[in-house]
Amino acid sequence: MAEKAPGVLAVIHHGNAPTLYRPDNDFMSASKPGEARVVFEDDRVHYSGQYVAIIVAETLEQARYAAELVQVSYAVEDPTIETDAALDSAYLPDEFFGEKLTTTRGDPDVALSRAAVTHAATYTTPIEHHNPIEPSASVAVWNGDELTLYETTQWVAGARKTVAQTLGMPEEKIHIVSPFIGGGFGCKGFVWPHSILSAVAAKRVNRPVKLNLTRKHMFSACGHRSETKQYVQLGAERNGRLVAIDHDTVVQTSMVDEFVEACGNTSRFLYSCPNVRVRHRAVRVNVATPTPMRAPGENPGLFALESALDELAYLLNMDPVELRIVNHADVNEQARRPWSSKYLKECYRMGAERFGWAKRAPQPGSMRDGNVLVGWGMATATYPGIRSPGAAKVRLLQDGHVDVVSATQDMGGGTYTTMAQIAADVMGIAIERIRTVLGDSLLPPAPVSGGSMTTASILPATRKAAQDALSKLRHLAATMPASPFTNRRPDDIVAEGGRVFPKGAHPSSGLPYEDVLKRTNQTEIEGEGYTEPGPERDKYAFQSFGAQFVEVRVDPEIAKVQISRVVSAFDVGKIVNAKTARSQGYSGVVMGVGVALMEHTVYDSRDGSIITSNLADYAIPVNADTRSIDILFVDKPDPFIDSDGLGARGLGEITVTGVAPAVANAVYHATGRRIRDLPITPDKLL
Amino acid sequence: MHPFSYEKVTNEHEALERARLGKATFVAGGTTLVDLMKLNVEVPTALVDINGLPLNQIEDRSDGSIRIGALVRNGDLAHDSRIQSRYRVLSQAILAGASAQLRNMATTGGNLMQRTRCYYFRDPVYPCNKRQPGAGCAAMDGYNRIHAILGASDTCIATHPSDMAVALVALDASVHIRAANGERVVPIMEFHLLPGDTPDRETVIRPGELITYVTLPSGPFGPRSAYVKLRDRASYEFALASAAVALQLEGTTVRSARVALGGVATKPWRALEAEQVLTGAAANKATFLNAADAALTGAVPRRHNAYKIELAKRAVVRALADALTH
Ligand SMILES: Cc1cc2nc3c(=O)[nH]c(=O)nc-3n(C[C@H](O)[C@H](O)[C@H](O)COP(=O)(O)OP(=O)(O)OC[C@H]3O[C@@H](n4cnc5c(N)ncnc54)[C@H](O)[C@@H]3O)c2cc1C
Ligand code: SF4
Repeated sequence: MAEKAPGVLAVIHHGNAPTLYRPDNDFMSASKPGEARVVFEDDRVHYSGQYVAIIVAETLEQARYAAELVQVSYAVEDPTIETDAALDSAYLPDEFFGEKLTTTRGDPDVALSRAAVTHAATYTTPIEHHNPIEPSASVAVWNGDELTLYETTQWVAGARKTVAQTLGMPEEKIHIVSPFIGGGFGCKGFVWPHSILSAVAAKRVNRPVKLNLTRKHMFSACGHRSETKQYVQLGAERNGRLVAIDHDTVVQTSMVDEFVEACGNTSRFLYSCPNVRVRHRAVRVNVATPTPMRAPGENPGLFALESALDELAYLLNMDPVELRIVNHADVNEQARRPWSSKYLKECYRMGAERFGWAKRAPQPGSMRDGNVLVGWGMATATYPGIRSPGAAKVRLLQDGHVDVVSATQDMGGGTYTTMAQIAADVMGIAIERIRTVLGDSLLPPAPVSGGSMTTASILPATRKAAQDALSKLRHLAATMPASPFTNRRPDDIVAEGGRVFPKGAHPSSGLPYEDVLKRTNQTEIEGEGYTEPGPERDKYAFQSFGAQFVEVRVDPEIAKVQISRVVSAFDVGKIVNAKTARSQGYSGVVMGVGVALMEHTVYDSRDGSIITSNLADYAIPVNADTRSIDILFVDKPDPFIDSDGLGARGLGEITVTGVAPAVANAVYHATGRRIRDLPITPDKLL
Repeated sequence: MHPFSYEKVTNEHEALERARLGKATFVAGGTTLVDLMKLNVEVPTALVDINGLPLNQIEDRSDGSIRIGALVRNGDLAHDSRIQSRYRVLSQAILAGASAQLRNMATTGGNLMQRTRCYYFRDPVYPCNKRQPGAGCAAMDGYNRIHAILGASDTCIATHPSDMAVALVALDASVHIRAANGERVVPIMEFHLLPGDTPDRETVIRPGELITYVTLPSGPFGPRSAYVKLRDRASYEFALASAAVALQLEGTTVRSARVALGGVATKPWRALEAEQVLTGAAANKATFLNAADAALTGAVPRRHNAYKIELAKRAVVRALADALTH
């Protein structure tokens, strides 16, 4: 019926789809599908929301109408949807992106049994969805055997290789274009079926095809954060020194791939502690495959660990900040390496001072404003300082403009801005003269815009490329006949502040950059920059840190929580651009407020359908949910992160990590109610 | 989305004529209807656009009442100075709902006719007696955190989601309905129907009938009224529980009172039991707590919504306290 509906060009399903191939599914080699099972691979439906057919029509309305006419028949089996129903079959996954998922240091059992003070509790976090305001989309255009995909991807290089492998064609024949992304938060990092389907559909109908996901699709077709159940045990001496940490996590993964929300990995090194056990178990359920979502692992993991630490502070009758300082990890005890740089104590101090933490009365319910209970809570924030190989080119043109290009992406965080800024600094010219071109697989390769690695990976390459362009310019100047540079070696020529001039001479004696090109009849000069992490990675542990302080005002009679103030202080190395950095801070805090107070996706436990798959039923914070947000930075360069002296670690993810526990701790301080199950909705505070 | 025809009408007569053709439906702001059409929950064959009808005035009547045209936008109604001063609860209720953008589109008539936010009603893959009589109810044993504890039946436990209508119930408004054979006026309490065995019938409106006006009686309450809405986020979110109240005092004694509940019942809910407790009693916290208990005595929780009993009581007490001190 659907095939005969008005405007329909093709109906593609497992019975008539072309042969597709499972890609390597190896993140390190840039082959990374959202889930290993290839779309339309067989006739089995593993979860609600899995694609069973795609309809191509002249208009979107016609396609949607025809989709309703598709009849699907299958034998129904009993699904497993809830973690508890699958606990018996929980298994121990081995690794997550190269990190072991189960490790033990010392003997936590003995240490716990002998500890002067112990705390043990289970913390749970729900399934969450990224919900960028821009839904994912893909436009496929074939030109003979060459394919161009206009994408919403956080990783054009990954998309190119993964799509190539899935379609069984050479990578060189695929061109990925993704210049702007309306938010991603991780759901646009890997290749999800729609990018394959648009290519398949365009081939079938022999025309360009545009495939836009609906908001409902965004809940089942590009990943989510798994629900987590975390059992945390802490043992401490009376003086607060931790003697044991046991962090035992159960997460969900899908029937068709493995993704583990590695909640406990941070617990192995965030505090100094001789006996630490971390374990992750996974259960397979009939839902789509989870995927990284802003600070995967740290986000739910710190909710558990930092809530537990707050509980321990009360048992010890100790200030929560003091407890954390007492247990400060001077080195990374898991990796047995010194930190490349660490100013966490400075974060506690700066944050506490701005917040006014010293005036905190520790007793729950003791700070009031009329009938309103005021609660102050805090938590440590952290995220690794990841860096990957990356390349950029800087082209100086005859008309005086400079092009800065790289296959990195801008998700809205400001990559365009910071790259232009670095190039402008090196070249000594106005930023207005710089044009940045990103998000195109034909450009110099760059890593995924994920893992907070873009700044540390791409800015050093950009700087190198700009320096290379200037060096080539000096060489070119040295060849200029009848010029101020006649008989000068390139080393005797200076290129800075927009002008080329003889060393030792006044800049005005030289020429503007572009005049050197004009006079030598060069259309452009191209500088190349490639940088990669080196042996410093084996010597140091790279990690960013922060401290987040939250004030809540709770109206206990109507179970209402208002987050009135959030102060965050971060040590993320050098701040390259105060404005874009602060914006990452704001957005992390707002997202954290969503995690703390409202975000949760509801699956019907009978069939695994997502019943809140729209932005009315899945609440994310609105303006009224936050008030004052203060973002502070230590702003001390990391001396080892890059050999070019930039010293910046990324900060896209750390900003969200401590918010939820700080809110929960503040709610406890206000009300005496310890909420260990996110989100903290009104029904939990009655 | 299914194919449909679309026509704009400019007078009531034309509207009623067109509404008789096929499966025709009026469209006003479209904020409920278009949404549900995209979800295939509403599948009209013809849309009759009534935005051109001259029903967009708020008028003072000689008997002290106020007559509100069915096409008055929610935003305009909430910001009208007469409504703000004389019917505070109505202004507050509207402003507690939806977003500024939606309120600028949403109309008085459309708001009364808006449909439930029950997840299963909005997704045609699930059985739903409201959508398809006799099909069953997926919410009964499903996820029912947002569902009703008052006025439910064996066939349906969906809440009526309107904030505005709860205030109208507290104010004892009337709804003017124009049918092909004449006009009738229905008290708001009789306008919405309990689900009973026919959850598909939500109001007394029959197909093709048009809401023309809503009138607010002058009432003895003056500004002493209030709306309190409790929900999962600070704004732009439907009520988990809400209360609209109005108080008439004689010294420190309650002479008369109105209490209505939202977010917890299958229709905008008038809590007459609470009003009885309040009438003649001292206007204080103890009385308010008793009134709240009375309002919820008939509540029947399901698996995920028992919290609503307490939450609704808190809303009632807070609203009464707010009305008292205002
Ligand atoms: C995201 C979102 C959030 C919302 N949040 C809230 C909230 O917090 N609180 C709240 O109360 N509401 C909320 N709403 C609902 C909103 O108030 C209603 O959608 C709106 O009031 C409907 O009015 P309308 O004019 O757009 O109706 P339409 O969509 O045009 O029509 C709705 C129905 O009423 C019928 N109709 C319209 N006018 C007449 C008439 N004059 N006579 C007879 N029948 C008529 C139509 O045929 C249709 O069946 C929300 C809506 C959305 C989309
Ligand atoms: S509660 Fe009512 S609206 Fe919801 S599924 Fe049941 S019958 Fe349908």
